[in-house]
Amino acid sequence: MTKKIIALSLLFINTVFSKDLLGQKDTSKTVDLFADLDKEVKATDANTVDYTGATFKSTRVINSHSVEMIGKNNLEYRISHRFGYISGGAYELFGLDNASMRNGLEYGISNRLNVGLGRSSIDKEFDGYIKYKLLRQSTGKVNMPISLVYLFSAMHTTLKSTEELSFTNRMSYAHQLLIARKFSDNFSLQLMPSLVHINAVPLAKDDNNLYSLGIGGRIKISKRVAITGEYFHQFNQLTGTTNSLSFGFDIETGGHVFQLHFTNSTGMTERTFITNTSGDWGAGDIRFGFNVSRMFVLKKAKGSRSSY
Amino acid sequence: MKKIALIICFVITAFVGSSQEKIYSTKAATISFFSSTPVEKIEAINSQVTAKLSDKSGQLAFILLIKGFKFDNALMQEHFNENYMESSKFPKADFKGIISNISTVNFAKDGIYAVTIDGNLTIHGVTKKITQTGTIEVKGGKIIAKSIFKIKVKDFGITGKYIGEKIANEVEATVVCTFD
Repeated sequence: MTKKIIALSLLFINTVFSKDLLGQKDTSKTVDLFADLDKEVKATDANTVDYTGATFKSTRVINSHSVEMIGKNNLEYRISHRFGYISGGAYELFGLDNASMRNGLEYGISNRLNVGLGRSSIDKEFDGYIKYKLLRQSTGKVNMPISLVYLFSAMHTTLKSTEELSFTNRMSYAHQLLIARKFSDNFSLQLMPSLVHINAVPLAKDDNNLYSLGIGGRIKISKRVAITGEYFHQFNQLTGTTNSLSFGFDIETGGHVFQLHFTNSTGMTERTFITNTSGDWGAGDIRFGFNVSRMFVLKKAKGSRSSY
Repeated sequence: MKKIALIICFVITAFVGSSQEKIYSTKAATISFFSSTPVEKIEAINSQVTAKLSDKSGQLAFILLIKGFKFDNALMQEHFNENYMESSKFPKADFKGIISNISTVNFAKDGIYAVTIDGNLTIHGVTKKITQTGTIEVKGGKIIAKSIFKIKVKDFGITGKYIGEKIANEVEATVVCTFD
């Protein structure tokens, strides 16, 4: 009896052994390879990190940077344009007679490191920035609730002035942390603690270090259109300035994003829109503006047949 | 006597157990697609496709993550995922099919064999029955399954303003599964 049991167990082990350890299956039935694949995929899914994409449609919420990055080897030519105050009335064609503009060239060194150069008409200002994505929102193997970006920008004004200003006195710097979460496909929010350092402030009583907290967001109303908003609350500010408040639309036009907005800020660099906004929304000091950009692919994958 | 019978059983089961069907498998198959219109040519490639092939039943299956398609233009990649493929809703695409003339392929002999495959292709949550031709190349122990076929974008419920303008109505898909 015991012998029989031993023999039968051996038989059983033998069958299992030959099937599993040799990785081969019974010939009498075909293996269900489809079920096999499904099982395998389920197992690997848990081990894959799924990064959340398209928190915003553009690298800018409106004036401020967003957590979106320019892709590796991609170069973006960006034109940001703000007209005059709508309160200028018919005489100023509701602001369209005046314009403030920034031309920018921005580049993706990697998907997580971007650099940019710009020139703005206001104060004839040059700017440069470095932007690095520290954290990427993700699910799956790594569950990261937010994306985190550090932005450093430097600004240099060249507008001629009656009193001679040294190079140093024409410099300003900004440090920002962009903390964003895409809550759903349609809703994203971003917080922006910011420090703007201005080497030469207009009045002796003004602080050189100006602290602020920005909040920006977008609500998608269709696949192609999103409503955006952005506000910077300043904890200390230059005399005669106010907080920047903007609302707009992001409209996707096949590979490009067209941003239309209303803002009380004139400039498009951190120094100018965070700390140098003077328009009063209540008095109609609102500007119509837009950002447009064109992406150039500087390096294509080997053998790519893409024409752009 | 009983012992001998058992030993025979033992040997037979071992023999039967190590059957002949072989499953080829890879996690690095590639699928690319190419959209060509007079306005723009767009190509993207996914080289992290999981594929399996049975040399007996002719079952062939592959599955991929839509987000795994790489474009030269990162912005375009994002729009592809967000607006066209809705990859957060439909993260995967797969194909499950059977090579109807698998018996004509001699996996032991080098050569290129023409095959026909019937199966279900699922993209964007829509499953369609397709019949396509392709080749299986046997080359020094390597098995390379290849197929180039057209996909009608609208068949899979993929919509968008630029389909028919910048994006072709029919895109060409190239599947290359190299099994070592």
